[in-house]
Amino acid sequence: MQLQELEVTRNMKNKFDIRKITGMRLFMPIVCLLAVLLINVITTPGFFKVTLNNGVLYGYVVDVINRASELVILAVGMTLVTAASGGQDISVGATMAVAGAVCCQILSGGQVTTNTFENPLILAMLAAIVVAGICGAFNGFLVAKLNIQPMVATLILYTAGRGIAQLITKGQITYVRVDAYKVFGGYFGKCPIPTPIFIAILFVIIVYIVLKKTALGLYIESVGINGTASRLVGLNSTMIKFLTYVICGVLAGVAGLVASSRIYSADANNIGLNLEMDAILAVALGGNVLGGGKFSLMGSVIGAYTIQALTTTLYAMNVSADQLPVYKAIVVIIIVTLQSPVFKKFMANQKAKRAASKAVAEGGNQS
Amino acid sequence: MEKDVLLTMRDISKTFPGVKALQHVDFTLRRGEIHALMGENGAGKSTLIKVLTGVYEFDSGVVRMAGNDTPIVNHSPQDAQKAGISTVYQEVNLCPNLSVAENLFIGREPRKVGMIDWKTMNRKSAELLAELDIDVAATMKLEEVSLANQQMIAIARAVDMECQVLILDEPTSSLDDDEVAKLFKLMNRLKDKGVGIIFVTHFLEQVYAVCDRITVLRNGELVGEYQVKDLPRVMLVAKMMGKDFDDLADIKSAHEGKGLGEKIPVIEAEGISHKGTIKPFNITINKGEVIGLSGLLGSGRSELVRAIYGADKAESGTLKVNGKEAKINSPIDAMKLGMAYLPEDRKKDGILADLSVRENIIIAMQAKRGMFKPMSRKEMEEAADKYIEMLQIKTASRETPIKSLSGGNQQKVIIGRWLLTNPEYLILDEPTRGIDIGTKTEIQKLVLDLADQGMAVTFISSEVEEMLRTCSRMAILRDGKKVGEIEGAEMTQEGVMNAIAGAGGDEKHEE
Ligand SMILES: Nc1ncnc2c1ncn2[C@@H]1O[C@H](COP(=O)(O)OP(=O)(O)OP(=O)(O)O)[C@@H](O)[C@H]1O
Ligand SMILES: [Mg+2]
Repeated sequence: MQLQELEVTRNMKNKFDIRKITGMRLFMPIVCLLAVLLINVITTPGFFKVTLNNGVLYGYVVDVINRASELVILAVGMTLVTAASGGQDISVGATMAVAGAVCCQILSGGQVTTNTFENPLILAMLAAIVVAGICGAFNGFLVAKLNIQPMVATLILYTAGRGIAQLITKGQITYVRVDAYKVFGGYFGKCPIPTPIFIAILFVIIVYIVLKKTALGLYIESVGINGTASRLVGLNSTMIKFLTYVICGVLAGVAGLVASSRIYSADANNIGLNLEMDAILAVALGGNVLGGGKFSLMGSVIGAYTIQALTTTLYAMNVSADQLPVYKAIVVIIIVTLQSPVFKKFMANQKAKRAASKAVAEGGNQS
Repeated sequence: MEKDVLLTMRDISKTFPGVKALQHVDFTLRRGEIHALMGENGAGKSTLIKVLTGVYEFDSGVVRMAGNDTPIVNHSPQDAQKAGISTVYQEVNLCPNLSVAENLFIGREPRKVGMIDWKTMNRKSAELLAELDIDVAATMKLEEVSLANQQMIAIARAVDMECQVLILDEPTSSLDDDEVAKLFKLMNRLKDKGVGIIFVTHFLEQVYAVCDRITVLRNGELVGEYQVKDLPRVMLVAKMMGKDFDDLADIKSAHEGKGLGEKIPVIEAEGISHKGTIKPFNITINKGEVIGLSGLLGSGRSELVRAIYGADKAESGTLKVNGKEAKINSPIDAMKLGMAYLPEDRKKDGILADLSVRENIIIAMQAKRGMFKPMSRKEMEEAADKYIEMLQIKTASRETPIKSLSGGNQQKVIIGRWLLTNPEYLILDEPTRGIDIGTKTEIQKLVLDLADQGMAVTFISSEVEEMLRTCSRMAILRDGKKVGEIEGAEMTQEGVMNAIAGAGGDEKHEE
């Protein structure tokens, strides 16, 4: 990307050099998002219409951005894990369920349903996030310390996680029918914008600042690219990988709380179901290499919104929930192909050929 | 085409974003000749080879090969292979977790009813290895094999095929004299069979030992083609650098006696060992001293410094740094004590391929400072610019990913990385590997300057010549054991060779 920019500065003659834009890392993710939005507008003419109803905003766009919140939070964690370990954490959906279960169970004081907080809200939420962090630490230990393949290591919690959540809620769906608990998945005070949107933005900003204000971002990329070399320059590869899994777990916990607050309950079987796959997709759509190394946080965030926009469109087109994955898969195949190195090389070759034939046509006196 | 001409490349140009790697280059290869392709780091040697063999497409130009009426274009190394061009690329590209035999036959495994015929494959591999005198078992995993032997295996792989053209891009960079001799024997045999060989190296003696013709490139442009006998060494250097330069000038005597009068030990190792690689050794390294480690490949010279640096954890012994006992569990501990270690294997242990030149330069410094003290953008850029300038690193910009630099320039970046940490004790394992002669001399001078300023340096090189130019003392290793030290009058080519081979009876044994 930088190289292309460099070339652009050499060719400053034409001010609007298309390459400057196409060379940018976020170019493809943004194009994909726009493409999906375009489909949205075509299939649902009122897509961008936003109305104020009963003091809150309504509309498809609002819905997409709102519903994407958990996915955005997960995608951020998934990006870090992917970059550092070259693998994915497939247990994040289950971790969400665990976090939801812990929180609701503490709030209800062990009852199946409650109308008042039995314990302080802050305590319950902190406990949920700590437990989610422990789940992340468990994954991190397996991957970083024992060198187990991330997919295999996180498969353990992927399968066991929902069972653990069931154990915590004693096999029932725990309801917390308190308005203060609905805030995180609903609305805050008189604010017309759904709270999850703010939570997602908040956590993206927090992680972004942490990466900017410390050298963690560079460390993660370095470890993901070459672990041996990283160790020799003084980085603790094990620790850094471990850390990304803990962060990923904590973020999954946050997402779990939002999801649980939306339904003011802990539904161990449904919270975050299949969301790990969407999170991985978001990372891929963001132009990140799933094999680790350099990463783009913003890319993944855009990827997350793209997927949610796609899901919403399909629902709006009355695709039934069990057929949804098929359509999603088709779109994903197209998008991923467009971003693949093979396709990019093909495009570059086409461009070069066109340039060459143009040079010949003009007498070949170009340098 | 002339009768004995095998391959012609005419008017070849290749541009990378921001770099004109080749401009209107011509190259001709004849049957039964060894043709040296020479030039400074970044001159375009590897690029010329890569466009010929289809790794990159060239922008313009024509390639013809004997037996083809029309120009040929290879779109991939496999294409080139089919056209009779075998290549050993500069960066050894084998699979570390496969066996030696698998690496030799990958993509063309002998088959029996569709299944890989392991027995035949292992037998053929063993034959091939024996023929080239490579001392490894065919069933060994490649990663267990030394870098030099990996390089020999890469060569064996290419040579085994029926080829008309053999291309060797810096095949000797990690080889010892013995292996080089084996390789030359093999090259001469192929040459007699009529194979045309393109040979890239930065070792001038090797050019004069085996080559018939030389093509020189400079900054992506052709300087000329010469018969070896018409181009004496000084002239070759001048052609490559574009100016007169005496690469053999004495650089050491100016520094002699400049060092510190008294000996202040920086590193005192006692009984340090590592299982399976090195037996317990003692060594003292003083301030302002350049100490060489010499020994055959596999003698444990790299492992010795790795144990000191904590790259491999030492199993026994004590280490004192500046007189204080030190506990080193990992490289970062060593770095905090003022050590720096330039590893031997650039690709595996050195570069962070996708990161920029800037990030590759500052990473060690950053790690030393710690995660919560990030360097500012300005600091990083200044540091990067300083070493790009100082080591004359050829790069489109400081933000270029290191993987798109030429091999020698990548090496310079890694050297810069460690100089930036301003160490008290600098370990250099083959620091000038793949670096052109001009810069090589600069680096040797730099090492001597640093020593004058009080830095303790350990220098490892398979080139005895280079060690004699820089070291004030040398430790000799054999079979994982330090067998002695030599200094002063003993430090001659012959003295070192004798000590390495164990012929000299005057070693000071340390048990
Ligand atoms: N993939 C690439 N992308 C961008 N630039 C490249 C790429 N490969 C090579 N270059 C540039 O092309 C120039 C020539 O590089 P090349 O590798 O051919 O040099 P070389 O003569 O082989 O040098 P060395 O002796 O260091 O191996 C260098 O300036 C290098 O930075
Ligand atoms: Mg090269």
